[in-house]
Amino acid sequence: MSAENRYPGYDVLAKREGLSWNDATRRTIDARLSLPRVPRFFTPAQWLTLQALCERIVPQPQDPDPVPLAAMLDARLLSGRTDGFRRAVLPQQDEAWRRGLAALEAEARTRYGGAFHELRAASQDELLRDLQAGRLSHEAWGGMPGNAFFAHRVLPDITSAFYAHPHAWNEMGFGGPASARGYVRMDFDRRDPWEAVEAAPGQERQALRDNHRVR
Amino acid sequence: MSAELAEHVVDEALRAPRALNGRAPDVFRVGGWVPMREYAADEAVDFVIVGTGAGGGTLACRLAELGFSVVALDAGPFFRPLEDFASDETEQTKLYWLDHRIVDGENPITMGGKNSGKAVGGSTVHFAMVSLRFRPEWFRSRSLLGYGADWPLDWREMWDYYTQAERALSISGPLTYPWGPKRPRYPYRPHELNAAALVLAQGAEAQGYRWTATPLATVSAPRNRSPPCVYRGFCRFGCATNAKQSALTVWIPRAIKAGAEIRDLAMAGRIETDARGRVTGVHYHRAQRWQFQKARNVVVAGYAIETPRLLLASASARFPEGLANRSGLVGRYLMTQSNQAVFGRLQREVRWYKGPPSLTISEHWNYEDRKDFFGGYCWMAQGPLPIEWATIQTSSRGLWGADLRREMLDYNHQVGLKMVGEMLPDERNRVTLADEKDQYGLSVARITYSWGENDKHLIHHALDQMQDSLERAGVTHLFRQEDDTNHLAGTARMGFDAATSVVNADCRSWDIPNLWVCDGSVFPTTGGVNPSLTIQAIALRTADRIKELAARGELS
Repeated sequence: MSAENRYPGYDVLAKREGLSWNDATRRTIDARLSLPRVPRFFTPAQWLTLQALCERIVPQPQDPDPVPLAAMLDARLLSGRTDGFRRAVLPQQDEAWRRGLAALEAEARTRYGGAFHELRAASQDELLRDLQAGRLSHEAWGGMPGNAFFAHRVLPDITSAFYAHPHAWNEMGFGGPASARGYVRMDFDRRDPWEAVEAAPGQERQALRDNHRVR
Repeated sequence: MSAELAEHVVDEALRAPRALNGRAPDVFRVGGWVPMREYAADEAVDFVIVGTGAGGGTLACRLAELGFSVVALDAGPFFRPLEDFASDETEQTKLYWLDHRIVDGENPITMGGKNSGKAVGGSTVHFAMVSLRFRPEWFRSRSLLGYGADWPLDWREMWDYYTQAERALSISGPLTYPWGPKRPRYPYRPHELNAAALVLAQGAEAQGYRWTATPLATVSAPRNRSPPCVYRGFCRFGCATNAKQSALTVWIPRAIKAGAEIRDLAMAGRIETDARGRVTGVHYHRAQRWQFQKARNVVVAGYAIETPRLLLASASARFPEGLANRSGLVGRYLMTQSNQAVFGRLQREVRWYKGPPSLTISEHWNYEDRKDFFGGYCWMAQGPLPIEWATIQTSSRGLWGADLRREMLDYNHQVGLKMVGEMLPDERNRVTLADEKDQYGLSVARITYSWGENDKHLIHHALDQMQDSLERAGVTHLFRQEDDTNHLAGTARMGFDAATSVVNADCRSWDIPNLWVCDGSVFPTTGGVNPSLTIQAIALRTADRIKELAARGELS
């Protein structure tokens, strides 16, 4: 996982067969972990841009098995599940994503003369900061406000994919699924034996041992 | 949408109606069924109720128990929580109303999980269970407090209905409630407080304000077939153990037992009227086709967006502006509640994902009138799960990249206070029909909302107060979530006359005597507390009033 490992050895999936996971949860997480990692909603060109964008929004450089964020977003858009509303300034989510990725690509080519996914990370971040601040206005946006696209599609859609994944729960020390066992110890600095142990400085080995016992 | 592409994995309830052929799901048993009475489409039932949440579910139960024939339609699925609910934020979005809507105005409202359920049981299937009474003066806010509009209901009568609702829901609450007139003790003991709740208590005491355990609709001891709450913390994503006392687990089983028919995955599209200007039944979409149920009375209970949408969509030559809309007020005076928060960090481990998210509350500023704005607010402890927490970070602070990922590592040390604040009724905040169509071919709702000056003033005051409270509790690295709203009300307000309201105190429309509205839409003002208990109290009263009107021959 990431460089900073506060919960060494904690793996929420170790609880999969335990009392904290019911069958509906197992089916849900199993399906999420077995998503096809190829584009089905996006075109190959959009897919390259999206993968590069995901890597900037939630960087996973040190992760040996990075969360397939582009595939998770692709699957969601393919399923047709929406937020239940759209802001009047943005088109429907399918159209917003297609147009937004094309516009980001157009901005990259105009400013740097290259594809977004081939830019250096610093250049990608510079473009994204300008997008967030509403400073991009290429005609490829077609009237869609870039800052609204960034705030209401890019950020929530990509981070919602990452924080739906057990890897993210592990690094945060989140207890994860809790049907039907729940929790018993509610006070400050109390943990149930089936919760993650946070490693105090110098206590990493003890935490590692305890986290391996979490079931 | 083909099955293999579906976002929801556990989706049997979403695919085809379950309440059919003389039986309905038993919500307390995996694969279980209970017998259910059914009515023929051409048999005019006493009441067709559109919606089965806090308003419609409660009313369906009580009307059936009083001997009326009832068919209740719900656009959403009929879940069995024990088999259908995962412990997962994404999967459980299947509880929300995610059909297409458009939001605009200066402060567009975030819809979906924040305020709209789509399930038998309505939004109570995902609500946070906070069950509070209005401050009595709010029923006369225009006369006594100088803002909003008076309700045609008397607070003393409501006090009795609140008591009935609290008993029916076995509310777990404190021995004595610190604010307002005397009330009976809550039926069940309060829940144990988690660390996040204790921070609220520390801050409030340092400020000299009272606080208490929040009255919650999840049981602290066994009750019928509900086991005590096990503090899973996924309350807002559906209770997988049935500890939660929702319309799905309380009112709907009682309604079915008393002879009501519940039709799931049944989307109402239009209310039919006859030459006399009376309603005659409801057209609804179920099992791939449009159907019609005849009725002597129709109750609309779809909450503050779907209720005006259906009334407006039922316009006819005789009612060109929509049903119950001679006043022009259907869809107007939409209210949401300010739901801003302050968050920060503690050295100690908090692990706020454990237990119901809002275990403690301070209503200090609902009962303190020495302030320079109208309306009140309360605040409660918080416990967002990972996706919601990430969304707060991105929307409030614009964080992304390494900054976001690093910030998220402090999750188990975070605490926060979140307000539920009264927004003032404003005629310009409204629901209208847009040109775009949904999957049923029905015009989608356009929801227009802008905060007023008083709303902004109240929010600013609350943010300062919550920040002060957290600082006094030793919380550091504070930041504010300045743009969030929750709950809905208005759009079919009750009142004293036909010119200035849509329904009367009995939730009966002024224009069409056999058309009723029974949900949060009828609120003339919204108060500074969560609305569900008030909606249920109004539904209990409406059922009693209908019984009295029927006995006097004044029903039709």
